[in-house]
Amino acid sequence: MKHEFRVTVGPVGFRIGSDWKQPLDRMRRLYQGYPVPDIPDFTVRLFAQRPWRKIIRPSVTIGGDYMLPDAQPMALAHGLLAAEMGMNLQMALGQRRYLVLHASAVERDGKALLMTGESGAGKSTLSALLGERGWRFMGDEFALVDLENGAIHAFPRMVSLKNEAVALFEAQPDRLGPIMHITPKGTIRHLRPPEDAIARMEESARPAMLLFPRFGFEPAVREMGEAEVFVRLTQASTNYVALGEAGYDALTTLVRSVPTRAIDYPDTERAVEAVERLWADLG
Amino acid sequence: MTEAVFRADPPDARRCVVLADGVTVVYHRPSGLTHILAPPAPEVLAAMSEGDADTGTLIARLERDHDLSGTDDLRGTLTARLVELETAGLVWRP
Repeated sequence: MKHEFRVTVGPVGFRIGSDWKQPLDRMRRLYQGYPVPDIPDFTVRLFAQRPWRKIIRPSVTIGGDYMLPDAQPMALAHGLLAAEMGMNLQMALGQRRYLVLHASAVERDGKALLMTGESGAGKSTLSALLGERGWRFMGDEFALVDLENGAIHAFPRMVSLKNEAVALFEAQPDRLGPIMHITPKGTIRHLRPPEDAIARMEESARPAMLLFPRFGFEPAVREMGEAEVFVRLTQASTNYVALGEAGYDALTTLVRSVPTRAIDYPDTERAVEAVERLWADLG
Repeated sequence: MTEAVFRADPPDARRCVVLADGVTVVYHRPSGLTHILAPPAPEVLAAMSEGDADTGTLIARLERDHDLSGTDDLRGTLTARLVELETAGLVWRP
């Protein structure tokens, strides 16, 4: 394609081709210093469905090795988001080397804390906040479970801050991408992960605790049965079915070895307190 | 009326992991599907692996391996579990 950008995030290499320069310039700024893959694992394409759509009301269609046939084009102003969505799509549909969990992850002392839950549960914000407070940020979107040894591999792409969470990081403009309003997920602003998260992104960690956070409720901690955890993690995985027996092995091992709690929290400060307390007790 | 006879795959056609809350997670190799079974379905499935069986034969196998004394309506319970396992594709009628 006319413009190209390559980046390695954790153990995965991407090539992003685009009809436009602007989204890739924005990626270059936010992903500065990330390794560049020689042979990418996945290709993402940002293209105009019709030639005139490159110029007149330019709209970005997301393509690549794996595509959603009915994906709606996005405004060029949201091109950075389109690229990120394209990268997520390749991981969700095409990744076969790891069990992909839709979960955020942070690490301390070689041990990983995983946080998963429905969209809007706050796992992304929570991981970004913990990444500023003594934890190594490993990823806000996907945790990659090693099929051989169960270790968690980092996938520290840009953090996708949504709506209220955008304000939490405004004091660090150098790390922030453009603010994007009225996207399919509301207001979005990307945050470059902390430098140590980028420098150490090849380091895996042993899973030590799994949380199902839920934002907007009175503080509460609930134990969860292994069967419920297993079912919810199959739902949180994008490739459990595709991996077959290897995915079954990885997931049953994870569920049986990692203490799990559901936590409700009314605000991020209380969430961080609850995480620290649980980590001291169980981690 | 003769009872329906059911058949199951041999034991090496599946992987079973018992979770802490007592349920068994079964990976069924021929279909690639994962099933979550509560007792006594895993025990029924294991007993069925010995060969084709109707409910009477199944009861005999289970009584040999497990203490079933005091179980109310054993025949009805096992018939219901067999129908559920059939729906899940883990047993079938040959």
